[in-house]
Formats: sequence, structure tokens, C-alpha cells
Amino acid sequence: MMDIPFQALVSQAMLGLNNGAFYALLSLGLAVIYGMLDVVNFAHGAFYMLGAFLALIGLDYLPVWTGIEGLRLGFWMALLLVPPLVGLLGITVEALMLRRIARLQPIYGLLLTFGLALILEGLFANHFNSGGEPYGGKPAALEGAVDLGFMMFPRYRLFSMVLAIVVCLAVWWGIERTRFGAQLRAGTENPDVARAFGINVPRLRSLTYFLGTALAGLAGVVAAPIYTVSPHMGSEIVIVIFAVVVIGGMGSILGAVVTGLALGLLEGLVKVIYPPLANTVIFVVMALVLLWRPAGLFGREA
Amino acid sequence: MSAARAPGLLGSPALLSWIGVLALGVLLPFLVYPVLAMEMLCFALFASAFNLLLGYGGLLSFGHAAFFGIGAYVCGHAAKVWQLDPLLALACGTAAGVMLGVAFGAVAIRRQGIYFAMVTLALAQIVYFVLLQAPFTGGEDGLQGIPRGALLGVLDLQSESVLLGQRAAWGLYGLVLAVTVSGHFLIARVLASPTGLALRSVQEHEPRARSLGLPASGLKFGMLVLSAGLAALAGALKALVLGLAALTDATWQMSGEVVLMTLIGGVGTLAGPAVGAGLLRYLHHTLAGLGSWVTVVLGGIFVFCVLVFRRGMIGEWLAWWQRSRAAVGSSGR
Repeated sequence: MMDIPFQALVSQAMLGLNNGAFYALLSLGLAVIYGMLDVVNFAHGAFYMLGAFLALIGLDYLPVWTGIEGLRLGFWMALLLVPPLVGLLGITVEALMLRRIARLQPIYGLLLTFGLALILEGLFANHFNSGGEPYGGKPAALEGAVDLGFMMFPRYRLFSMVLAIVVCLAVWWGIERTRFGAQLRAGTENPDVARAFGINVPRLRSLTYFLGTALAGLAGVVAAPIYTVSPHMGSEIVIVIFAVVVIGGMGSILGAVVTGLALGLLEGLVKVIYPPLANTVIFVVMALVLLWRPAGLFGREA
Repeated sequence: MSAARAPGLLGSPALLSWIGVLALGVLLPFLVYPVLAMEMLCFALFASAFNLLLGYGGLLSFGHAAFFGIGAYVCGHAAKVWQLDPLLALACGTAAGVMLGVAFGAVAIRRQGIYFAMVTLALAQIVYFVLLQAPFTGGEDGLQGIPRGALLGVLDLQSESVLLGQRAAWGLYGLVLAVTVSGHFLIARVLASPTGLALRSVQEHEPRARSLGLPASGLKFGMLVLSAGLAALAGALKALVLGLAALTDATWQMSGEVVLMTLIGGVGTLAGPAVGAGLLRYLHHTLAGLGSWVTVVLGGIFVFCVLVFRRGMIGEWLAWWQRSRAAVGSSGR
């Protein structure tokens, strides 16, 4: 273990933190949706994949499909437009499907969103290269690398990390410190009493699902220039996100963010120290944490 | 009132239905391609084992492919490398599933509902990556060239013969049918036993069952282990039939598919999962040329079932049957 060069360890740690920022962003959305709707959103990965594909389509396919060369959406436009677009799809799903099964056991929500994830993944696997396509729209301002003092780090990756963490903190602040957040928490805690106080709980539920899926879409757009855009990118990451959320405990938003970052870092380090374990280390940690604290690190025992 | 709940397992309606099941099993290879028929039987056992947990224990496992897959790989390894008798190879696969079930149970059984699903899914991913990366599993190709061997050294499972105009490995078919029906009989037997009734009471109202002194966690743990063993047996059987332990047997998609089989047939019914498994395998067979559209179709069936068809085929039929019985009863009075 001692003969591993320090430089390799540090660079893998930074790449791991970069992945961790995406884990944090995705598990945050999952935790917000679960808190309000009692739905474990299996389609979260599919919405993430959709975000990445919409960015890719805006850049490469829209001019071809419409025949208008000028209709090309660059990265910044995608960053602005795609998350609300994915969120709108989320709202549609909530209104047409999730609302109808809201009074049933939560496992039906999991099964329904699992079915949705299969549909989305299958549709994109049919129309696009299932091996994945690179996204060529990385903005010129974010090309190259920055000197962090201890290593050179790609500028875009740094940008994605900072953006993810800023968005996470903003969402946390919005839920813990604003009037809207207070209503949201009240609706989560006790929907009936919240309604009695004049809070429109059904609209709150729609907004929550909009927010959660838009976060997944945002993560997808930001991920597109880093990872290959593939129909299967969502299902690969969603199981890891589930483990992150189980480790952190579903109750806590800050817990989800911290756990996401920490596990990304751990994954990166394991990739250097013992590569065969890199794919599974998060799941192994999950098993150990559950044996020690069944409610997760930041969760309360139900 | 309902035949499915009659305590006498070999009472006349129950006996009749078991004879019907056997007859259907004998007819099946003349209705569809025999290898497909054997595959349907294996998946029927898999889905029924899964339903034991979801339908009667209220636990949704999203990692059952791990048991199915480990059964297939261990059985394949035993038959191919250790050159064991097919029965012993099947037993090895089942034992591996039981041990894995104990491990899953130790981690997951204290979690309920949605958490149980997520935890089993994550644990199954560990098994998947082990099967992908371990030196003796053949990586993405899976374990190939598994010999069927000769049952007890006598009955050759490989040789094909023509029976009533249908060519198949009839010895193997007999073995698959016998194992599958025995597995279902064991499930029915357990569910009709006092243990099975206690399990159902835990599912219906766990705090009350606990207050009556029932060991709720122990019961669920036992069901998980039994379910894991039977799922592994189904996987082992499939490995013998196809001569292949495929990596797809251990993927999360397979875990999702067994949920769908159970859902479409009827959660918490004895026959439902088997019917659903047969239907879904047949669907796979007919849609094989469609590529990724199969995923879309499966997803669509999932959404449809959850939204409007939650009782499944057998569940709907049972409900209709009970309604019509009730109508007859009230008009007779």
C-alpha cells in the first residue's frame, strides 16, 4: 500500500469527490421526493439519463431533425432549459400516475417508477447507440485545467463539483430556512393538519416532484460532458444512489449530501488501493452500516 | 369458502388441482417448444419462491436474481468442474442459495418495506460484481458448456428421443417437472402449516402478532432463507437445462422481472406467479426479435399492472369467483 504514488492517490481522490458531487445531487433529489411523496423514485436515474440526452439532442440532433442549422442549443442553454423540461415530465408523471396510487403501500410507487425507468431506458436504447455517445458541447471557457496547488485538475470537473455543491446547499437552505420550505416540511410531517392550516398540499406534492426530477435533469446536463451519454447511465447510477441514501438515512437532506460526497471519495481511493473492490465498496459499506446502525448514519429509527 | 385457503392440503378440491397441475406439466412440451417449456417451469419455481416472501411475508425483495444466479453458477461449476451427479449439483446450487439467504437476512431483515427492497437490491449488486469478476465464472460470457450428465449415473439427461411426435430430452424434462412440482408442493405445504399461518398474521398486523408472542423477525428470516434456497434451485435447474449459467441471471433486470412475473400473475396467490412466469417467458420468446423494445413492453406492463391490475390474473379471477359465489349464496337465501 505504501508504494502507491501520492500523486495517483490525490488525483483519484479528486475524481472520486467529483463523482461524489453527482451522488450528492442525485440522492438529494431522491430524498426530497421520498420525504414528501413517500415514493422511492426508481425513475430518478432515468430522469438523469434524460437530462444528459436532452443536452445531447439539443446540440447534435435538433439542427438535423428540424433542418434549421441555427437551432442548436449549446451547453449554457441546455443548463437553463433542460432541468425545467425534465421537471415538467416529472409533474405529468405525478399527476397522471403517482397521484392515483398515493394511498397504497409505498412499494407500488417503487414498482411504478421502475416500470417508467424501463420504458425510458428502452426507448433511448432503441433510438441511440446503446454503447453511448460523447457530448461535444463543453463550453470553451471551461476547457483546460487549473492548478490547485497540489495537482492540475480539469476546469470543467471543478466547475461541475462547485455547481453541484452550491445547488445542494441552496436546496437545503430553501427547505430549512424559507417559508416555502416550512410549508413543505409541514406537509411532509402531517398532510392533514397542514391542509387544515390552508396549505395546498396536492400542489406542494407536484412542486416537490418537479423539484426532485429537475435536480436529476440538472445532474444529467452537467454530467454529459464528463461521462459518455448512454441509455444505461441512469440505471447504473440509481442503484448506487439507493445505497447512498440507505447509508445516509432517508430522513436527512444534509445527510444525503455529506454521504454522497464521502462515498464518492471512498470509491475513488479504493480504485487506487484495491481496484477489484471499486464497483462494490459502496454496497459493502452499506451492509456494514446497516449491521451497526439499521436506520442509517443520519436517520431516525422509524 | 376459498379452495386456496382450505387447510386440508390433500382434500378433494386441492388434490384435484394438483392432478390438474401435473397434467398441464405433462402437456406443456407438446404445446410449446420443449426447451422453452422447461425454462417456463424453472421460472415458475423462481417466481413462486419470490412470492413466498412478497405475497405472504409482505417483503419486497429487489435482489432475488442474486439467489437465482448463484444457484446457476454453483450448480454449473459443480457439474462441469467437479463433475458431480446432476442431483448433487442441484443440491450444491441450492445450498449456496440458502447460505446467501442467511447472509442477506442478517443484513436486511430488520429493515421493512421500501428499505428492504433497496437493501436487497444493493446486496444483489455485490453478488453480480463477484460473478462478473471472479476468476472461475467466465466474466460476461457466463459459465458455458455445463454438462447435463446422467441422473444417479443411470438416466442420461442429454439423449433426445421422439415421444408422440415431439423430440426432446425427455429424461431431463421429467426431472425438471418433478423438481418444479415438488418445489410448489413444498411452498403450499409450508403456507398451510401453522408456521405459514403465523407468517400471514405477521404480514397483516405485525405489532399485534408480536404481542401474541409470535417471533416475527425469525419467521420472516426463515421465509427469506427458504425463498432463497428455492430460487437458487430454480436457477440451478435452468443452468442444467440450457448448459449455461448466464450473467443476465444475476442482474437487477432479472430481479425486476421476477417481481413483474408475480405481479402480473397475482401477488399472494399460489398459482399466480407460475402463470405469470410462463406468460412472461413466452412473451420473451415471441418478442426476441424486437431488441430493446422488449424492455419498453415490460416497463409498460409494469405500469399497467400497478395502476389498474394490482390483483393480477389469478387474483382477479379469485375475486370474480368469490363475488359470483357470494351472489349465488345471497339469492339462494
